[in-house]
Amino acid sequence: MHIARSRKAILPLAALSAMALTLSACGGSTEEPSGSEAAADCSAYESYGTFDGAEVSVYSTITDTEQDKLEQSWVDFEQCTGIDVVYEGSNEFETQLQVRAQAGNPPDVAIIPQPGLLAAQARAGNLKPAPQEVSDLVDKNWSADWKAYGTIDGTFYAAPMLASVKGYIWYQPSTFKDKGWEVPQTWDEMTALTKTIADEGTMKPWCAGFESGDATGWAGTDWIEDALLRQAGPDVYDQWVNHDIPFNDPKVADAFDAVGDILKTEDYVNGGIGDVRSIISTSVDDGGLPVIDGSCAMHHQATFQAANWPEGTNVAEDGDVWAFITPGQEAGASAITGGGEFVAAYTESEEVSAYLQFMASPEFANKRVEQGAAISANKGLDPALATSDLDRQSIELLQSEDTTFRFDGSDLMPGAVGANSFWSGVVEWINGKSTKEVVDSIEASWPSD
Amino acid sequence: MEDVGEKLVQVVIALAIFAAIIALIMLLVDRAPKTFRDKATIIGFLAPAVVLLAIGLIWPAIQTTYLAFTDRNGSPNGMDNFVWMFTQPEALVTLRNTLLWVVLVPLMSTGIGLAYAVFIDRARGEKALKALVFMPMAISMVGAGVIWKFMYTYRGAEREQIGLLNQILVWFGGEPKQFLLDAPENTFFLIAVMVWIQTGFAMVILSAAIKGIPTEIVEAARLDGANGRQQFFSITVPSIRGALIVVVTTITIGTLKVFDIVRTMTAGNFETSVVANEMYTQAFRASEPGRGAALALILFLMVLPIVLYNARQLKKQREIR
Amino acid sequence: MSTTPAIPAAPEAVLAKAAEPQIPIARRVKQRLTSRGATAAAIIIAVIWTVPTFGLFISSLRPEDNIQANGWWNVLGDLEFTTKNYTDVLASAGGSASNLGQYFINSLAIVIPATIIPLVIASMAAYIFAWGRFRGKDTLFIFIFALQIVPLQMALIPLLSLFINLKIGEFQLLPSGTYAQLWIAHSIFALPLAIFLLHNFISEIPGEVIEAARVDGAGHATIFWRIVLPLSVPAIAAFGIFQFLWVWNDLLVALVFSGGTADVAPITQRLAELTGTRGDEWHRLTAGAFVSMIVPLAVFFGLQRYFVRGLMAGGLKG
Repeated sequence: MHIARSRKAILPLAALSAMALTLSACGGSTEEPSGSEAAADCSAYESYGTFDGAEVSVYSTITDTEQDKLEQSWVDFEQCTGIDVVYEGSNEFETQLQVRAQAGNPPDVAIIPQPGLLAAQARAGNLKPAPQEVSDLVDKNWSADWKAYGTIDGTFYAAPMLASVKGYIWYQPSTFKDKGWEVPQTWDEMTALTKTIADEGTMKPWCAGFESGDATGWAGTDWIEDALLRQAGPDVYDQWVNHDIPFNDPKVADAFDAVGDILKTEDYVNGGIGDVRSIISTSVDDGGLPVIDGSCAMHHQATFQAANWPEGTNVAEDGDVWAFITPGQEAGASAITGGGEFVAAYTESEEVSAYLQFMASPEFANKRVEQGAAISANKGLDPALATSDLDRQSIELLQSEDTTFRFDGSDLMPGAVGANSFWSGVVEWINGKSTKEVVDSIEASWPSD
Repeated sequence: MEDVGEKLVQVVIALAIFAAIIALIMLLVDRAPKTFRDKATIIGFLAPAVVLLAIGLIWPAIQTTYLAFTDRNGSPNGMDNFVWMFTQPEALVTLRNTLLWVVLVPLMSTGIGLAYAVFIDRARGEKALKALVFMPMAISMVGAGVIWKFMYTYRGAEREQIGLLNQILVWFGGEPKQFLLDAPENTFFLIAVMVWIQTGFAMVILSAAIKGIPTEIVEAARLDGANGRQQFFSITVPSIRGALIVVVTTITIGTLKVFDIVRTMTAGNFETSVVANEMYTQAFRASEPGRGAALALILFLMVLPIVLYNARQLKKQREIR
Repeated sequence: MSTTPAIPAAPEAVLAKAAEPQIPIARRVKQRLTSRGATAAAIIIAVIWTVPTFGLFISSLRPEDNIQANGWWNVLGDLEFTTKNYTDVLASAGGSASNLGQYFINSLAIVIPATIIPLVIASMAAYIFAWGRFRGKDTLFIFIFALQIVPLQMALIPLLSLFINLKIGEFQLLPSGTYAQLWIAHSIFALPLAIFLLHNFISEIPGEVIEAARVDGAGHATIFWRIVLPLSVPAIAAFGIFQFLWVWNDLLVALVFSGGTADVAPITQRLAELTGTRGDEWHRLTAGAFVSMIVPLAVFFGLQRYFVRGLMAGGLKG
């Protein structure tokens, strides 16, 4: 009864490379097909050694076209090392990983997008510390901030994989040009621009969509985090995330209100979709679409929004859509929020170690990024490989020494808040509850230790 | 299609193993020494069920009871989880909603199902009419969630509606409504989905029960000059009492466990969560298995009276026999 | 009514006959409780109960742009139909495609053993509860009935960890990501209700039939297979359909025991994922929902009379 599982990986690989061509066409971005399926050049993989018939099961949140690209990026690794990577992507990842770990049936490797969940899994004793080779690679290729997110109670567990830069604001350059609107350099300028657009009356300034199945609301938490980091600075942000200040601290409430001035004002939202409350019934994927048809001026979403535009949309400074980073209090501020995944091991073996090393290497980052719609904070990554200007700009931002990078706060908090009450709190907030009610109830839900 | 064949082989092998186990039990039972044979039969026939139930339901129930008194790190924390449940506004809303569900769904499904069964009794096309109402029973709750999410779809007033209910509102000159967002009435719109599913079940069972009422009784009542309403309350309802109890019990237990509908349609947001959904969220998403288990215990307590009542009925019957 | 001639004249059979309106048992006077108002009410209920599914069906046949542009009731205006939504959800492959075809097969592979296994085990237990004699029988029976209250959600993790730890040496008896876990989990969860309903039916079998066999020297095993099972076909069929629908439509058990792999996950799981990630892609959702409904609807329409009859037998007695 064990047959079905193992043969799964072989079959799709053949199909995949054929499919990569057609899929990249659907992806919408301008990427070149990576067609090196036949004779892989194995010289880069010799150091990993070869394994006959070894299998590594990998579990992650990544599904859909993203999954195809991810699997494509380790095809050569599989061919050269003989390791069979059995990949499984699920939208139920966060719950299922915990179920499987609790029941004693974890995958070999999990790609975890929340440092909070990573820490919980490590503290529960489920994870294996990363091999020394991986730790060395991360020292070499990532900033200390990033390594710290993979380090729990002094032990280093997981190397970062890909990244995303949150807090981009998407707009249509041609519309801005026609109307004479300027890309705002400060938060105040952004508020002023919002008012200008609303007063002109041709379109509402903002559109948004927070609906995402049982994760509805997360897109709103990104907004709050961006505002808090920019208004109160990274230190307060860290205190907030670690619960050194309460969730209903006035500074946090101010961040809610700053966002509320935009998202909870009927005149400002929800361009091309409906009223304020339509934000929570519009899916994350669709929230930005009105920007394209000119019924909404701006949309706040991370780099991965690039994949949500309709096929053939040109993402460029002079193209159909482009984006600027949510401005800070002062022009030129460089604090950004972002997200990323961490590659953590539940089992120890030679092949798992080889896989972890590969995933932490610049080779993987390059292979994945050149397929488009992905970035990484790996310093060994060549920004020139990025398939779009936006990706290139984001990679440079991530690699730059001047950037203050903070991880998406909700991903760092305990699950009871970061994956539950913060999400639903934002939903209730958009649905009409006051800032005070919402921050108080989120604070109350913070688990005591 | 090699894949399909392989899966088929798995199914066949599994059934063969199962058949072998059962055959073995039968063989042992039949070959047992005469004096021991009756006992062997009882043990052999009951063993598979008892073993499976012990590992699959009884053992987990014991474990959950213990979990309900622990925190997320697994150390005992007394009544904290229950204190949380009865003090957090969200948790209280969840309890309130569950009560609404458990009262309204059995009541409305059974009521509408019974009315419909009576209305179409011996009508032309009765079978087809029954099938129409029963059809939702065959649809998964996830599927039903999709269907009704589509019915409730909202779009701003300036756009063309694609959800039927909002279109009807617009036709009558109203504003489109966010059916699933407006608390507290959104809970009723979710309940409607469950009623939609369960009515067919109630209707089919009750209809069959009505047809089982001996003709003579109905005839006698009619000769006594009872009108439709009197017949219904003095003959029909008492005669199908047993069926009514089964219907209400089954639907009530099903309703308390409902999870898929809430999860697909609102994910428990907008004050629509119910205990079964909250249990899953707390245990698996918020990593608070203790709270989840505490909610499970509450659910258990809510179903208990219903089961006890049924158990008493059962016992009475067996004593009569 | 000729399909099951082996059934003795149990009360159930009479009921079933009465349920067939075209058979004139005794020419009854038309003593319907119904009036014109009742007929109207019935029609309204029937319409309300049908429209949502009908709307979904129409939508699943409309081109994507039309679904987004206006409601399905406008279909008479544009009369454009396509099967593209169906080919989309069924035929394509790879992580990016919804690939429902494969999940459909999984659902079938899960549901068949998960229906047969509990039926056999429950019939055996029900037979003992109906005709066996031992102390504490009634208490045990009621206890099993009461197990229905254990919420499924509670049972999931303990059962899963049990499956994982069930090993003979290094050999895992029930490896994860296979159907085996799902079959057994579904079987367990079905047992309390199955034993209860089947017991109600089996205990109605006339005692003389069983006594006669006994006198002829037949053992329990023989009586069970030769007499009890054939006589219980309607109830078994009814519960079988019930269980079939239940397993086919299940999401929760699948989420936990399938591990989410495309190798074993059933169609409901995929559909739930589609609703989560593609909230507004109605063209895929509608077609997907319909694909998942085809089998249960066919089973229901094909076998509905067994369903009613068997449940009745258990039902009225409860």
